[in-house]
Amino acid sequence: MEKSVTQIALFAALIAILGLIPKIDLISGVPITAQSLGVMLCGTVLGAKRGALAVVLFLALVAAGLPLLSGGRGGLGVFAAPSVGYLIGFPIAAFVAGWVVQTWRAGVGVAAFAGAAIGGVVVLNIIGVIGMSVMLGKTLFEAALLAAPFLVGDSIKAVLAALITQSIAKMRPDALLSRG
Amino acid sequence: MLTLTYPSRTWAHGLPAGGKLAALALATIGLFALREPMHLAITALGAAGLIASGGGGFARASLRPLRMLWPFVAIVAAWHLWLRDPAGTAIILRMITAVGLANFVTMTTRLTDMIAVIEWLLRPFARVIPAARVALAIALTIRFIPVMLLRAGDLALAWRARSPRPAGWRILPALTLSALDDAAHVAEALRARGGVD
Repeated sequence: MEKSVTQIALFAALIAILGLIPKIDLISGVPITAQSLGVMLCGTVLGAKRGALAVVLFLALVAAGLPLLSGGRGGLGVFAAPSVGYLIGFPIAAFVAGWVVQTWRAGVGVAAFAGAAIGGVVVLNIIGVIGMSVMLGKTLFEAALLAAPFLVGDSIKAVLAALITQSIAKMRPDALLSRG
Repeated sequence: MLTLTYPSRTWAHGLPAGGKLAALALATIGLFALREPMHLAITALGAAGLIASGGGGFARASLRPLRMLWPFVAIVAAWHLWLRDPAGTAIILRMITAVGLANFVTMTTRLTDMIAVIEWLLRPFARVIPAARVALAIALTIRFIPVMLLRAGDLALAWRARSPRPAGWRILPALTLSALDDAAHVAEALRARGGVD
């Protein structure tokens, strides 16, 4: 019991850290925020349930008034902005990513990539696009055009999430809870 | 780490947090029910008046979080100008008013009061998630954000001592692993002190 509380809390902190260090050029020269990478890792490392709870805890702290979203954003205003769909999608993305790694018994790296791609790219962008379409009064297609430029960065993050999850599986095989 | 609460007191700082949040929820639902640009313009003026009532410094600080909206404003404005469709005005006004009002509540409510509201909202679910456990998780996260930020800096320095190239994502496996290890240590320490219910 203690362990699941501390893991959820520390991974919520990890998502915050990944949004606070903009200096990380993930791939040299392309500064992309690593926040959604943190969301993917919550799922692929902690598994569906704990991963989603860690993301919910992170969002609760953002709503309560901590500037933890990338670019120092936070507070209730971000939940009234057109990008709110992505915030709603974050815990669902982590859950799906974790669920894929838990259920698909492929190699860790392959399963983690599939989980991060399906949860953190496909599901997250679908919910994000629906949110933008509602908030901006646009059709789903028009909203999808707004999201399209970010898909490249999202795919890179899915690859990184898989690499990181795989190296954790190598260093601490028993620490990977999604495969516990 | 600083919260987004405005440091000097305005009249709205004294209002109960739960009341402000309920009013914000109603106001946001109302905003989405309005269609006429004229009605939305009046509401936006009302919201601007509310923000201005906090004083000059407060109003200036309120403008800062609105900057994140400008890409959306620019896209909607360009799109609707091109279509010659006046509905764009309503969308932009609603968006700015909704975010402005939400920021007003955030800037006039202390973090502890917000967390108290979260715990109150969770009370019906006490059997599934006890409030004490939620409070512990919130405290741990807030405490470990600066700890892990320092660790990320240390890892980047250690990388730089050995490589001419910037660290980039290569420190992230170590950072993630350290979060898992810290979680295990803190869990042991908690159990040694009587555990969590």
